[in-house]
Order: sequence, then C-alpha cells, then structure tokens
Amino acid sequence: MSAPGLLAAAWLIARKDLAIEFRTRSAFLSALVLSLLAIVIFYFAWDPTAVGAGDLAPGVLWVTFTFSGLLGLHRSFGVEAQDGAMDALLIAPVPRQAIFVGKALANLAFVLGVQAVALPAMVLFYDVGVGAAWPALIGVMLLAAIGLVAVGTLFAGLTANTRLAELLLPVLALPFFVPIVMPAAQATAKLLAGRPLAESFAWLRILLAFDLVFAYACMLVFPATLDD
Amino acid sequence: MTDLSPSASAARRLDPVALLALAVVALAYGRAIWFTPPEATQGFAQKILYVHAPAAWVAFLAFGVTALAGAFWLFLKDQRLDRLAESSAEVGVIFTTAVLVTGPLWGKPVWGTWWTWDARLTLTLFLWFIYVGYLVLRGVIPGREQRARYAAVVGILGALLIPFIHLSVYLFRTLHPLPVVARPEGPAMPAVMVTTFFLAFFAFTLLYVAFVRARIALAVERDALDDAVVGG
Repeated sequence: MSAPGLLAAAWLIARKDLAIEFRTRSAFLSALVLSLLAIVIFYFAWDPTAVGAGDLAPGVLWVTFTFSGLLGLHRSFGVEAQDGAMDALLIAPVPRQAIFVGKALANLAFVLGVQAVALPAMVLFYDVGVGAAWPALIGVMLLAAIGLVAVGTLFAGLTANTRLAELLLPVLALPFFVPIVMPAAQATAKLLAGRPLAESFAWLRILLAFDLVFAYACMLVFPATLDD
Repeated sequence: MTDLSPSASAARRLDPVALLALAVVALAYGRAIWFTPPEATQGFAQKILYVHAPAAWVAFLAFGVTALAGAFWLFLKDQRLDRLAESSAEVGVIFTTAVLVTGPLWGKPVWGTWWTWDARLTLTLFLWFIYVGYLVLRGVIPGREQRARYAAVVGILGALLIPFIHLSVYLFRTLHPLPVVARPEGPAMPAVMVTTFFLAFFAFTLLYVAFVRARIALAVERDALDDAVVGG
C-alpha cells in the first residue's frame, strides 16, 4: 500500500476522529448541552420588558457558538494524548499538513453539528422570525465556522502540549475570533431584522477573506507546532 | 561552572542608548510642557498627545519586530532572534498599556467619557490581549526551542490578525480623531507643536531601543543561568 496524498490522508484522520467521537459522543453531547444551557441562561440575564429577545438573539447565538466550539477544539488534540497516539500520527507516512486538515475537517463537522441543533433551538426559544433568511443565515454560519475551526485547530494543537492547556486555548484563540464573531453577529442581526443580504456584504467579505487567509496560514505554520 | 560575569556586567553597565533616550525624553517633555502652547479647544489635556501617539507608534513597531523576528527564527533557529522577539513583545505590551491608560485620561475631559467602543480603542485593546496571551504562552513552556517555535507561530498569526481586527472595528464605528499630522495635505498643526510631536516620537523610539536592549541583556543572563544550572 502506498502512502496516501494530503487530502486522502486528511480524510482518513478526519474519519478516525469522527469515529472516536461517534462512539463516545461525550464531547459532542457536552458541547450541545452547554450551547442549550447558555441560550436558556442568557434569556434571564436582561430585562425582557426593556429589550426584545429578538434583539439579543444574534449576540447570544455567537457567544454560545464560540464557547461551545472551544470545548470541541480542546478535545481534538486531547484524544491524541493517550497511549502516545500523537507519536503514531507523527511517524505515519503522511504530510504534516494532512494532520492539520484532517483535524480541522473533523472539528468543522463537530461545530456544524452543534450549530445544526443550537440554531433551531435558539429560533424556538427566542421566538425569532427567520423567514426567507434561512439560506443566507446558514451561509454565514458556514463561513464563520470555517475561520473558527482553522484558527482553533491550530491553537488547540499548540496548547495541547503545554500545562494550562484548557486555560491557554481560550486566552490565545478568543482575540482571533473577533474578526469572525463581529461580522457574523452583525450579519446575523441584519438578516434576522429582515434586511436584504446585500447590506451584509461588507461584513461577509471580511469573513471570507479571514477564512482564506487563516485557513492557508494556519496550515502552513502547523508543522512548527509539532514536537518530534 | 560557566562564567557568568561578562553578561552580568553587561546588564548592569549603564547603556549609552538608555542615557541618550532619557535625555531626549527630558528634552521633548520640557518642550511639550513649557515651550509648546496649549491647544485652543482641548486646553492642557491635549498635551497627553505627546505621550499617547508616540507610545502607540512604538507599540506597533514592537509587535512588528516580534512578528518579523519570529518568522526569521523559524528559518534560522538563532536564539538571538527569539530573545529579540520576546523582549520586543514585552516592551510592546508596556507601551500598549501606556496607550490604554493615557487615552482615557484624555478622553474624559475632551470626549466626556473614559472609554468608548471606537475602532482604534478596540483595536489597541485587542492588541494588548493578543500579546499578553503571547507572553503567557511563553511563560508556560519550559523548553527553549519549543518556546521559541510556538512563540514564533503566535507572533506571526498575531501580526496577520491586526488588519482583520482593524477592518472589522472600523466597519463597526469610529469616533477617534483622524490623523492631524500624517496626512497628504501636510500637518494641520502649528509648526511649534509638530516639532514637539516629532521630538516625542524620536524620544519614544530611542526609549524602545533602550528597553529592548536591557530586556535582551536580561534574557541572555537568564539563558546563561539555565545553562549553568543544567550543565553544573
């Protein structure tokens, strides 16, 4: 059997991660429950007679996704810590970048899975009228998830080998989520308010540029975070 | 046992660059306080500009140096580059803190508020967060090679992030005064103020160089001490 190429190897690694996650489901369920809890608790954090639930929905949604995403990202390299699994990955005859792409793909599936449940829950609990904005909203979610996962996967790998990993990951990654959360929340607010998609183009451009630049840059520097 | 004396004495000797920096700082602020007239509408509060703007310039310079030194380290693996990145980041955080402290001091009398979510303020605050994170990361990694490698990655990505934060916060809103000195039509400021302004920039740049030199000397000593402990 010959060594697989970058994408084939990445696909294998992603499938391996997802298989582990599917069999235990512990991280996915925790992240999901955390999202739902956050949505519910946030509802009681302000005066509902002063601010409408729909006005706060975009902010709550994006804060929730960011934190539940971090939970999943932390796990992605945590599973490799046992039984020297990371060393086995490193001596596998695959390009180092394939490890990053594979991990990122699995994390993307994880984050999108949480969003697929949390977004409808949000719409239901906060009584948000999405209407014709569904496809655009899903597009914003997807764009934001790609950037979040690219940066998050890199920092998860970087912090996994340090003490304080679970503390350090949010401290390092959250400033990097600013140009994701801000455009995504602003675009979501405009879409939920029934404004046309064209009004959000300036925000979506930032999101798209961030995805392209950071997906590539993170893949490029990822090998420097691996310890031989 | 490794002889520590050469680097130890280097750190304790008074650096001529530091003396020069202090002299120019004294000159710039003597001029700013006594020989530069107060601004017509902002009054005495405007004088904080001579600290605020040069500190902001040094902060950007420092983080730029950190990113470049980190990027070169990835190729050259030269320890001196990592010490430069480390020192520059630490000095940059200090100057960013100065920007974040002097800004509200000026904002309260002139804008009527200590803080506002203006684009430049928000960007500076996030710069501070990014590089404090950078320093925290350095602090938790004991291995010298691993620390340099990880720090280089965060330094490079941090520099890449700045234009994105800049774009998003500008699109959000801005209230900050637009540039009054560096603009195509020439400075919208009396010549006497411009001279003081540039003198302050020069003073802070010298101060940056002096601080980084002192911090590098400290890093050299720390590394020598580590080697001595491991080797002895």
